[in-house]
Amino acid sequence: MSETVRFAVGEAVRVRAEWPPGHIRTPWYVRGRAGRIERHCGVFPNPEELAYHRPDARRLALYRVRFAMRDLWEEVGDGGDTLDAEIFEHWLEPVRA
Amino acid sequence: MGAMQAPAPPERGWHDMGGLAAGAVDPAEHDYELWERRVDALLVLCGSRELFGVDGLRRALEDLGADAFVRMGYYERWIAAIARNLVETGVLTNDEIGRRIAEVEQRGTTYGEVGDP
Repeated sequence: MSETVRFAVGEAVRVRAEWPPGHIRTPWYVRGRAGRIERHCGVFPNPEELAYHRPDARRLALYRVRFAMRDLWEEVGDGGDTLDAEIFEHWLEPVRA
Repeated sequence: MGAMQAPAPPERGWHDMGGLAAGAVDPAEHDYELWERRVDALLVLCGSRELFGVDGLRRALEDLGADAFVRMGYYERWIAAIARNLVETGVLTNDEIGRRIAEVEQRGTTYGEVGDP
């Protein structure tokens, strides 16, 4: 199986607004939020599958995604602060133009 | 005809606390008891034996539920989560763990020293 890297540095992405049960490595506070790819971190077995002893965990690209703090918590104001979170590829979608 | 009710929002995991108010952080350092060091070492051993790793630990910690975060200490939660993973991977049965707990309880209420079995 090829290990594709779907997103490029600088690309706008949105975190899926979904709430599966079980062990999830994408924090609640970024679900449904948009940011930009800050870097590609490498390809790793999916921890959400490793957590359940799956020997065949999918290998997925991991990205550091940069969000504007004001896009996560409105009350933060427009100080220009950012937050970086490392998100696996299956949790990301391209932002529609 | 009435409008459909929106589905209830999904419940946030107790551990998924990023962004929530949590009070001040206590920066004080503290030492660890011998049993806590052994629990930590046990996790490392399980990883080196390729039985399970940090992801299985985290998942089992989350499954302990919000009450465990209040009632149990850090390494108490860890050993509960490690035990769960050891049962799942077939290393131990719950019955074996229960029998060993009963044996240890017979020794008394204090933990042993380095070198004790």
